Amino acid sequence: MTLTTERPVAKTPPATWRTRLQGPAVFATVAVLALVVAPLLLEPFRLGLLAKYLVYAIVALGIGLAWGQGGMLVLGQGVFFGLGGYAMGMHLKLVEAQGDLPDFMVWSGVEQLPALWEPFANPVFALAMVVLAPMALATALGALVFRQRVRGAYFAILTQALAAAFVILLIGQQGLTGGTNGLTNFFELFGQDLALDETQRVLYIVVAVVLGLLYLGARQLVNSRFGRLLVAVRDGEDRVRFLGYNPATVKTVTFAISAGMAGLAGALFVPVVGIISPALLGVVPSLELVVAVAVGGRFALAGAVLGAVVMGYAKTTFSEQFAGGWLYLQGALFILVMTLAPRGIAGLLRRRRKETR
Amino acid sequence: MRNSAWRTAIPLVALVATLGACGAEPATSQQAGGGEDSIKVGILHSLSGTMAISEVTVRDAELLAIEEINAAGGVLGKKLVPVVEDGASDWPTFAEKATKLIARDKVATVFGGWTSASRKAMLPVFERRKALLWYPVQYEGLESSPYIFYTGATTNQQIVPGLEYLKEQGKKKIFLVGSDYVFPRTANKVIKAYAAANGMQVIGEEYTPLGHTEYSTLVNKVVQAKPDAVFNTLNGDSNVAFFKQLKSAGATAESLPTMSVSVAEEEVKGIGVDNIAGHLVAWNYYQTTENAANGKFVAAFKAKYGADKVTSDPMEAGYNAVYLWAEAVKKAGSVEVEAVRKAAGGIELERPEGLVTIDGENQHMFKTARIGVVQPDGLIKEVWNSKEPIKPDPYLKGYPWATGLAQG
Repeated sequence: MTLTTERPVAKTPPATWRTRLQGPAVFATVAVLALVVAPLLLEPFRLGLLAKYLVYAIVALGIGLAWGQGGMLVLGQGVFFGLGGYAMGMHLKLVEAQGDLPDFMVWSGVEQLPALWEPFANPVFALAMVVLAPMALATALGALVFRQRVRGAYFAILTQALAAAFVILLIGQQGLTGGTNGLTNFFELFGQDLALDETQRVLYIVVAVVLGLLYLGARQLVNSRFGRLLVAVRDGEDRVRFLGYNPATVKTVTFAISAGMAGLAGALFVPVVGIISPALLGVVPSLELVVAVAVGGRFALAGAVLGAVVMGYAKTTFSEQFAGGWLYLQGALFILVMTLAPRGIAGLLRRRRKETR
Repeated sequence: MRNSAWRTAIPLVALVATLGACGAEPATSQQAGGGEDSIKVGILHSLSGTMAISEVTVRDAELLAIEEINAAGGVLGKKLVPVVEDGASDWPTFAEKATKLIARDKVATVFGGWTSASRKAMLPVFERRKALLWYPVQYEGLESSPYIFYTGATTNQQIVPGLEYLKEQGKKKIFLVGSDYVFPRTANKVIKAYAAANGMQVIGEEYTPLGHTEYSTLVNKVVQAKPDAVFNTLNGDSNVAFFKQLKSAGATAESLPTMSVSVAEEEVKGIGVDNIAGHLVAWNYYQTTENAANGKFVAAFKAKYGADKVTSDPMEAGYNAVYLWAEAVKKAGSVEVEAVRKAAGGIELERPEGLVTIDGENQHMFKTARIGVVQPDGLIKEVWNSKEPIKPDPYLKGYPWATGLAQG
């Protein structure tokens, strides 16, 4: 099976004023809905869940970029999500401990703060690591494997193995990482009480704004010369090489950007949900996000975002309504979308739009 | 072309609409705090994922207790209505569903959790929202949240008696085998401190990831080290592989006895009784524990869920939790959390495991420790008990050898 059997024709429709305005109009509508209507209408608990879906949508955006545009099937985004999440979690734990040891170290028998933890007491360092650590790892990995022309299924398996190994590493180092429990029991973020509905509402807005900005940035990237090169690499890597470009660089940069997005999402996840643990970063959660992107439509960035929100919402709703058998429904939803619309919801909408024109 | 696009679009639109309807439905149909003549209580266990096999049995026991209490007239004249949620063996999901039960369903209390990780994930939710959680499984101690009642054993009611029994039997060299997560690691810390103070020797300590099933290397290591006994804190499926390998390596319950703290009647069925018969376990309750309350519990459970079902310690602790909460509510005359907490201290009930008393100070239970031997019929026979309920001591403050473990 080749991973890029479906190649949408990248033909820009004739730029009439109508089509030109359509995109921004939709974006503005969604922004108003997300930033104004949702916080007013939804109760705090539901708003918190929506914030979580949007956090996942940030990771999905990165997957959409790497997989949909660049043809790199990334099955281990959990690793980068985790690096960002743990960087944030470590900072919050240290701030709360106020010079003492974080709670889990006490019951894990650690007597002295590990050297790895010390710099994370500094908020600037912690926030920088949220993005830099995942990007550095992705760059190193990309530089190694893309130059060796590892691609397709081999690259996918590699990223998946990385996620599996990362989880084992985290669980094994209980004194350093909290083991299976992960890091939990956070009370405040930069002096704000996380238990307050007000704080959670602000967090929601922050998440929504970050997602919006990243989406615009990613769109800009896709429409740039670099974006066209990326699509070209996806559709014919060798041809691009013969034209004198280095596909390894293009892929590494894209992979690093998607990793940075996952890291940032991980950091936002921690105050929104209140926990970061290995269970969130393994093979299965990483796959779930790829599935969400497939459902939403991997060839459109908006599709990736939409997929993450739809799948997140479906998961919550199904499991609340049918506590016993919700996993079957979740699977059925995926199969249904994939058989009826192999290009996901976005593909369906795009086709409809083209036909009604 | 145009037709086919619509043909695919319509089912999808229908699907999303159904989803929307599902999502909107609870908002209208659920009123706060149950109705006039009912009280909502939450049940939150893993009904899917690796922990489902164990946690479903606890849910069943809790539902049985609710049914029995309702049949006897309910609490404060009101019927209990369970709201069941799936924690999906995923710790953040436990936190999310706990929030949902408290904030949306406005349940009076929640019974739930199994793994320590799920409890640690839920703890901030309950503390922050000042709601009650009843946690039914033995655990590693070093915790006492004002908003959690612990109806399973803490270390001094299970692990310490297990060690005392081994010492009594003259076992001096101990090998520790455990799953790699917080309970085995913390339990082994306690075991090492005990051994050091009691002339016992820990000659090996090995961990394997949860769900690990390849034990030939580890079993070889254990057999070669020639310990007098193995202290086993493996969880779940791993026990199946471990005991099989142990048997095929030629170790018997006589030559190399093991003391397990996470293997109960339900797990014995999975491991295969041939592989584990004769080995030791430490708990507070067995299906064979003799008293009137247990006879009733076992009979009722089999009547409701099938004659081939067994009852185990965590199930009994979950079953007790519902009764203990109901008793506290009756005493308080209200389901209000602070009133229930205040009323709970000192409540005494005859339960299937014997007399259970709530310690008002740390919200753990006084429980009788029992050491058992797995029988060829798959049940467990008690060979030793602590005579009377042991006062819970989650931080092991009453044990001189444990100073330094419990500064938390």
